[in-house]
Amino acid sequence: MSKINELFNKEVKVINIGLESFYNDLKKQKVSVTHVNWRPAAGGNKKLASLLSRLK
Amino acid sequence: MLAEKIAQANKEAVERLQNAQPTVVGIGTAGENLPGMTKKTVLHAGPPVTWEKMSGPLRGAVIGGLIYEGLASNEEEAIKLAASGEITFDPCHHRDAVGPMAGVVTYSMPVWIVQNKTFGNYAYCTFNEGLGKVLRFGAYGEEVITRLKWIENTLAPVIKATLELAGEIDLKTMIAQVLQMGDEGHNRNKAGTSLLIRELAPYVVKTNFSDDIKADVLSFMHSNDHFFLNLTMPAAKCALEPMKGIKYSTLVYTMARNGTEFGIRVAGLGDRWFTAPAELINGLYFPGYSEKDANPDIGDSAITETSGIGGFAMAAAMPIVQFVGGTPQDAMNYSKSMYEITEAENNAYKIPVLDFRGSATGIDIQKVIETGIRPIINTGIAHKDPGVGQVGAGLVNPPMKCFEDALEAFVEQLEAAGEL
Repeated sequence: MSKINELFNKEVKVINIGLESFYNDLKKQKVSVTHVNWRPAAGGNKKLASLLSRLK
Repeated sequence: MLAEKIAQANKEAVERLQNAQPTVVGIGTAGENLPGMTKKTVLHAGPPVTWEKMSGPLRGAVIGGLIYEGLASNEEEAIKLAASGEITFDPCHHRDAVGPMAGVVTYSMPVWIVQNKTFGNYAYCTFNEGLGKVLRFGAYGEEVITRLKWIENTLAPVIKATLELAGEIDLKTMIAQVLQMGDEGHNRNKAGTSLLIRELAPYVVKTNFSDDIKADVLSFMHSNDHFFLNLTMPAAKCALEPMKGIKYSTLVYTMARNGTEFGIRVAGLGDRWFTAPAELINGLYFPGYSEKDANPDIGDSAITETSGIGGFAMAAAMPIVQFVGGTPQDAMNYSKSMYEITEAENNAYKIPVLDFRGSATGIDIQKVIETGIRPIINTGIAHKDPGVGQVGAGLVNPPMKCFEDALEAFVEQLEAAGEL
């Protein structure tokens, strides 16, 4: 049995990064899930992200 | 290499802020103490603004200031004079001063003199007039002018004589104490006002004024929970000013609003303002008022947040959530989220409920842009019409555009210097 199937035979504990709807779907199915409050740098604004990266 | 220079500059900037020792050293007047004042200079809160673009409460306060100075005898004359070009309008911030709400300061007004003992620089602020119909909310009726004259001719001389007996007052220690007593130094100043009365009262009674005058002065301070605001503000102003001009620093040393625009200034970008239209405040309104009565964000009092108190220390001031809306958990979340956009934790201003963690201090424009988290400001809401007064209180953020433009200017400055 592959590792991935082993994983799904256990209780799944999920950390969700990204779309919050994935978190909500899992929560509705009573899966243990933590949503990470994450957003891309500068809210995804390329110009601002580029300005920031020039200072790094 | 550049990143190291910026990190080093920001470290130095926040150290200067943390090492400040704001201290009340006396009472003066705007005309004698503030640089470059003339009888026809009118200072106001926030970034520069012309008479034509001033909001209702600021216009009202200018009218009141001109009547108070005897430059106009009524509203009509004052408006004509204000529009004539004869009056020099300038931000308080350009004259080492700060003013709550409209922030109007004119030549004859008495001022608190606060000195940063570490660096020797001064900051000034007028006396807080109380609530209701007051100049800082744009009221200019007879009772307003009469009160301003009483402040000039009675309150200020008594406090001046009192301070001569009492000596200097260490504001850093006092502000550190008020954060342990439910104040955050911007929208709640009940503890600070009480502590100040405790410091001054034994010496007020030793002055040579009549008992009636002494009683009036103590009653006036006692009746106004925001009396101490006009000391937290210059304390913050003189603490932040030494950050100005630190090359490569991306930390903010001014946030201020004139009721039309919000402006910030950044240590490494000198005197330059970065402005955007001021936002409406999200808060609770007094009975009979609603959002349609509100003026956009106004006042220099966001200098408190710039220095690490006010909204940044909201978790220290739980009673305030009933005044501005929200829950104690919201207050804790606001204070915690500010650590994401700041350089350091305050070495003096501690928040008991956060395990005495120092309040978030030293706003970094890079972190604001990167995280999208804007500084939180805890503030009063002025009516949009002159003279009505405060109609509520709540929370507001600076427009993101101020930070975006500042970041762009910072990069352009480095490009122009051949460093990028």
